[in-house]
Amino acid sequence: MIVAIRNSLFVAWRYLAFHRIRTITLVAALAIILFIPLFLEWVVRDSREQLTARADGTPMVLGAPGSSLDLVMNSLYFTRARPQALPMPDVTAIDETGLALAIPLNTRFSAGAHPIVGTTLDYLEMRGLNIAAGRSLAVLGDALVGHLAAQALEVAPGDSVISSPEDLFNLAGQYPLKLNIVGVLAPTGSPDDKSIFVDVRTSWIIEGLGHGHEDLANTEDPSVILKRDQTSIVANAKLRTHAVITAENLGSFHFHDDPEQFAVTGALVVPRDDKAGTILLGRYAARSDGPQLVRPGMVVQGLIETIFRIKTLLDAVILLVGLATLLTVVVVFMLSWRLREKELVTIFRLGCSRGAIAGFVIAEIVVIAAASIALCGGLLAGAALFQGKFVEMIIS
Amino acid sequence: MIEVSDLAYHYPDSNFGLSIDRLAVEKGQCAALIGPSGCGKTTLLHLIAGIIPSQSGALRVNAHEVEKLNDAERRLFRVRDIGVVFQDFALLDYLNFFDNILHPYRINPGLRLTGEVKQRARDLAASMGITDKLGRFVGQTSQGEMQRAAICRALISAPAVVLADEPTGNLDPANKVEIIDILRGYARERQATLLVATHDHEILDAFDLVVDFREWSR
Repeated sequence: MIVAIRNSLFVAWRYLAFHRIRTITLVAALAIILFIPLFLEWVVRDSREQLTARADGTPMVLGAPGSSLDLVMNSLYFTRARPQALPMPDVTAIDETGLALAIPLNTRFSAGAHPIVGTTLDYLEMRGLNIAAGRSLAVLGDALVGHLAAQALEVAPGDSVISSPEDLFNLAGQYPLKLNIVGVLAPTGSPDDKSIFVDVRTSWIIEGLGHGHEDLANTEDPSVILKRDQTSIVANAKLRTHAVITAENLGSFHFHDDPEQFAVTGALVVPRDDKAGTILLGRYAARSDGPQLVRPGMVVQGLIETIFRIKTLLDAVILLVGLATLLTVVVVFMLSWRLREKELVTIFRLGCSRGAIAGFVIAEIVVIAAASIALCGGLLAGAALFQGKFVEMIIS
Repeated sequence: MIEVSDLAYHYPDSNFGLSIDRLAVEKGQCAALIGPSGCGKTTLLHLIAGIIPSQSGALRVNAHEVEKLNDAERRLFRVRDIGVVFQDFALLDYLNFFDNILHPYRINPGLRLTGEVKQRARDLAASMGITDKLGRFVGQTSQGEMQRAAICRALISAPAVVLADEPTGNLDPANKVEIIDILRGYARERQATLLVATHDHEILDAFDLVVDFREWSR
């Protein structure tokens, strides 16, 4: 029996190897049709796990009226879908209730592909982020980088990173700010790993709401003075503003408005307890205007249900395509054996046993199936290298 | 030896019929079957090899009463005891010469492929002068080389009977003589029975016995 199987596999292998283009085409078609649903299932399952885990770890999110999905995705994953600005008084209003802690998030800016998250030290505590190297945020201009961001940017404490302008055409407002990296966070397997954290006031400086420049009262270049009176000095555009915050120029940085009135993109809300959370939700739900307070788990659940509805549709399409491919493969096999009719006559005349012909057919199917499964495994292994990117694509 | 007596065969849905009162070809003897195309030469070879079952009469090949064998027994008998050579060589295009020669060992578990068999394949190829062609495929060799490989395949199981159906039909004169000499040499050396169906009268001198088929077909 083993000898017969070995002989069948040998003959099948020789036939398939001789007709390699036909074989490769068949194997590739079957492998792809096998790979797509498996990969889709894998990515969707991982996306669901990641979405659910992050959402479950975030009690509530406060944001301006608008898309709750954009708000949650931006606040949890720092996606580019930016919600409307949330005034800081709305954030402090939460604190003033005594029912919860509000952690502001300002995610409008990035350094290349890495979001810059303006927040407070409470965020690090709430997410359980530990510093692997360096120290925590202390002064304006300090930045903490996530584990993957540090690797990608090839930076360490003592290095710096420059913020990217939000809009190339906004010449009047935001200029790139050089951020001083003071620490690198330990890996967490979350979007925090790819992010850069700064104090929320630093993010406002990036936004152009605050700046630092030379002391106009003691300037050595009188040509920068446009107008001077008893109470104020007005400078012209020649005045140089600092693009980096250092120990020397730190004191010159200031805001021209009250920072308590600035805006952020959202805030994480950590209620004192379940009851406090329910009360807060009730209060915000009862309001017809003003900011929205949402539970990320519920918003994400809606997103997951949408993803699964799309996946079910895709599964049905893939099933039909798979069936069509399978039928094509069957036709190819049948035509192939019809073309081999002369060979069958020859081996019959030589004394081929009945079982041998069935053995050749089965061996050919087994070899094609095994090669397709192996190729599919290879594709899955290759896709695993980029799987994070696919999950990221779905999330963003 | 081959012994045929009172053998009759009719193809269904055809007027063609074959009737042989008696035919005997001894061990070591080389016989040629001659006659025009369609006279039944190939049919007789197929009956002797058990490719088609006989309808009446007796057909003995050495110790085997072929008409009494069932399908599986006829297949095993064919692969073990009969070497078949075809006019069109019938080599498989996806196997090289070496694997074509060994193919009978891979199509019936009644034959066991061993290192000894592989060595015999090499020796046969050497005796036919195609050692350096063993790795070649059908499209890469000449007609004469292909027929030599086909003969190696027919002889690999050291059969007691060799049946050749127009083995020189596609060959040039020089190759014709060589191929017939190779088959005759095997029959003499192994005391095997050689039966060749041919309409090529130029090669008849090489045979011990020439059977004219015209008198048997109707």
